[in-house]
Amino acid sequence: MRLLHPQNVEDIALGAAVLGTGGGGDPYLGKLMALQAMREHGPVPLLTLDEIGDDDLIVPSAAMGAPTVLIEKLPQGDEVLHAFRALEAYLGKPAKATMPIEAGGLNSTIPIMVAARLGLPLVDCDGMGRAFPEVQMVTHTLYGIGATPMAMADEKGNSVILNTINNRWAETFARSITVDMGATALIAVCSVTGRQLKEAAISGTTTLCETIGRTIRQAREDKRDVVEAVRQVVGGFRLFHGKVVDVQRRTETGFAKGEATLEGIAEDAGRRLVIHFQNEHLIAMVDGEMVASVPDLITALDSDSGEPVTTEGLRYGFRVVVLGIPCNEKWRTLAGLAIVGPRYFGYDIDYRPVENRFGL
Amino acid sequence: MRIGIDVGGTNTDAVLMDGATVLGAVKTPTTSDVGEGIVRALQLLRTETRFDPARVTAVMIGTTHFTNAILERQRLMPTAAIRLCLPAAERLPPMVDWPEDLRQAVGAHTFLLHGGHEFDGRVISPLDEPEIRAVARRIADRGIRAVAITSIFSPVNPSFEEEAAAIMRSEIPEANITLSHTIGRIGLLERENAAILNACLGDLARRIVRAFREALSGMDISAPFYLSQNDGTLMSAEFAEAYPVLTIASGPTNSMRGAAFLSGAAREAVVVDIGGTTSDVGMLVSGFPREASAIVKIGGVRTNFRMPDVYSFGLGGGSIVQTDPLRIGPQSVGYELTTKALVFGGRTLTTTDVAVAAGLAEIGDRNAVAALDPQLVQSVLDEIHVRIAEAVDRMKISAAPLPVIAVGGGSILINESIEGASEIITPEHFAVANAIGAAIAQVGGETDRVFALEAMSRAAALDQAKAEATQKAVAAGAEPATVHIVDVEEVPLAYLPGNATRIRVKAVGDLLQT
Repeated sequence: MRLLHPQNVEDIALGAAVLGTGGGGDPYLGKLMALQAMREHGPVPLLTLDEIGDDDLIVPSAAMGAPTVLIEKLPQGDEVLHAFRALEAYLGKPAKATMPIEAGGLNSTIPIMVAARLGLPLVDCDGMGRAFPEVQMVTHTLYGIGATPMAMADEKGNSVILNTINNRWAETFARSITVDMGATALIAVCSVTGRQLKEAAISGTTTLCETIGRTIRQAREDKRDVVEAVRQVVGGFRLFHGKVVDVQRRTETGFAKGEATLEGIAEDAGRRLVIHFQNEHLIAMVDGEMVASVPDLITALDSDSGEPVTTEGLRYGFRVVVLGIPCNEKWRTLAGLAIVGPRYFGYDIDYRPVENRFGL
Repeated sequence: MRIGIDVGGTNTDAVLMDGATVLGAVKTPTTSDVGEGIVRALQLLRTETRFDPARVTAVMIGTTHFTNAILERQRLMPTAAIRLCLPAAERLPPMVDWPEDLRQAVGAHTFLLHGGHEFDGRVISPLDEPEIRAVARRIADRGIRAVAITSIFSPVNPSFEEEAAAIMRSEIPEANITLSHTIGRIGLLERENAAILNACLGDLARRIVRAFREALSGMDISAPFYLSQNDGTLMSAEFAEAYPVLTIASGPTNSMRGAAFLSGAAREAVVVDIGGTTSDVGMLVSGFPREASAIVKIGGVRTNFRMPDVYSFGLGGGSIVQTDPLRIGPQSVGYELTTKALVFGGRTLTTTDVAVAAGLAEIGDRNAVAALDPQLVQSVLDEIHVRIAEAVDRMKISAAPLPVIAVGGGSILINESIEGASEIITPEHFAVANAIGAAIAQVGGETDRVFALEAMSRAAALDQAKAEATQKAVAAGAEPATVHIVDVEEVPLAYLPGNATRIRVKAVGDLLQT
């Protein structure tokens, strides 16, 4: 057990944007709420998976909806607590801790706020190891753990409990309710026992976010190459160094889809990278050849500042280094690839681990 | 004839223009008294050109006063920040992420009230008139006259901000009210921040506009005057009193617009503005500076309103040169160039000394640098060119070579080709490009809101957005026949049904001459 202090939260938010792979929502708002809760309630205990009891109830907390709406209609602040309490009441058992369901983006910091305000510890793990757009895309699904019963709450005081036959249905219903709630909802989802969590979760991801964020901060202070420092700490690979020359966007089935085209510079001069995205970056192709795909992480960093660039922030003239980062092994199974592999997202492409191209 | 004036941190520049012809240009030191520096520049310009004040049809002024007030936390009004949002957005109140000294400077008067809309136009909660009246009376009791009103999704539906302002005005008739939808974009905290900054500059805006007006009438100039905005367009004096925050970063914009004008019809070019201490590099697209899309911090506060995308680095005509090891800037002798540089009898080696030694300029006493090692002179110039080339490359959109336009007093430092540049253009009057940029500025209008493409075709939505932007440009004083669309941007919104898309359109036109 260790305590998370405000500086840790700053680092976690910065690192979470790297694991957001272009999506996941800006961690800024969650960070502000977490910092505010910490000012009022003090630091948050962070537990490793080993430190939780097998029979403890762990309830992840998160925001769901359109990141572009969330930056305009800010949460009231208590709705995630309402969702959390509603689920506890439904389960008839108090939670021993909360955790992020998604390490990348906004949802890395929301549970820190919940933990501070409810006086609960946070568990150092998540269900994605990155950001994904849909509810069922959690490692819990691979271990037969239901996303439901799931509680959703809005700022007006409404809350809803969902019970579904599988996690795909949880996504379907929750998406509709989120739209009715104003395109954002706060949720308590994928509740588990400690025993289940030790098997199903991806361990240590809050600490990983923090390490990435701290690395970026320190590399900037020391005037070192920020991108290279990040690459080392995440065990990633440089896929491309280039400048954004075109971005095409469209909305399909409620998602922001599109392609960004980058022209190579320096060592990649004369080559062309196309990133296909659906909220998050899904596929990277160099001169027509796939170099990385989901579930591996494809993340774009500003080549000078090392600042992670989101899909909505991608625009003409941005100079970025695109990193490929191996995903967690759980996603590389047949069951994992069935729910988050390239084919799920509509690309007729076989997944190939990103490191294979580099002879590993 | 038009007069363009640029009030910078160090110098105030003024130019007299007749159509596209520059009739005269002067440079004087900026003074602490707002009006005095302008009067001095106008007197100098009159001595040089003997212009007839009655024939001046318009005066355009770009100023750093408002930027400086925010950076220095001085001359700001206590401001009430009212947010129409409840029950949403409660736990992150206005100014939540501001530097403490700036929050104190505007008084941290924050009020969360009922109101706001959903993304699709539904009401979050209705306005509560008695609640607004009660807050108005509390604001009046505290003696506050500046008010910033921000309602959730006001860029989609501004009605709550407008209704709340009307109620506020009925309680405090003299209130100086800023509505967030008139300034910022989607992004509640950032738009609210911009609105609060605008409101707290209200008194200063009125003072400065009055000082400008008196300075001009003291020179017998009765023509209307305008202030430069940061997108290269103009606003009337009345509009400037209401929206001073839109002048922030107008300096680099004016330089770039001036450079575009002076160098002819280059549609796409990189502008390098080399001043005394720093250089600003920006990209011209269709003759306008490319806009920064990301969050821009002003005085430590996040804002999201339009700003030129400018890269600044510490190289200028006053940069100090250290020889062992070779190091140029970022330290600079700044305005003390004329006493500290070698060519002016001083003891500090500056980039200007190097330029004189290399024969690039005739400034001061050339003999004072005669003994400089020619090899050193060459390596300093090489390093300067490498750094400019890096900055140019950073701002370019593609690897294709583009024209580079060099302006500003320090542009004498460039003497050879720059990697990535198809040509280097050093136009006539390069030293006063910013004042020229002010003089030639146009009038613009912008719309930025969310359309549901399920209910209408994309083409119809684009047409509607273009019509709105055009209408705003005309309302701001543009001649209708000259208004054209210069920028269209679409961002589909993630996770929303109805194919919701955010469309941003900017229109500009020539100033209507009356």
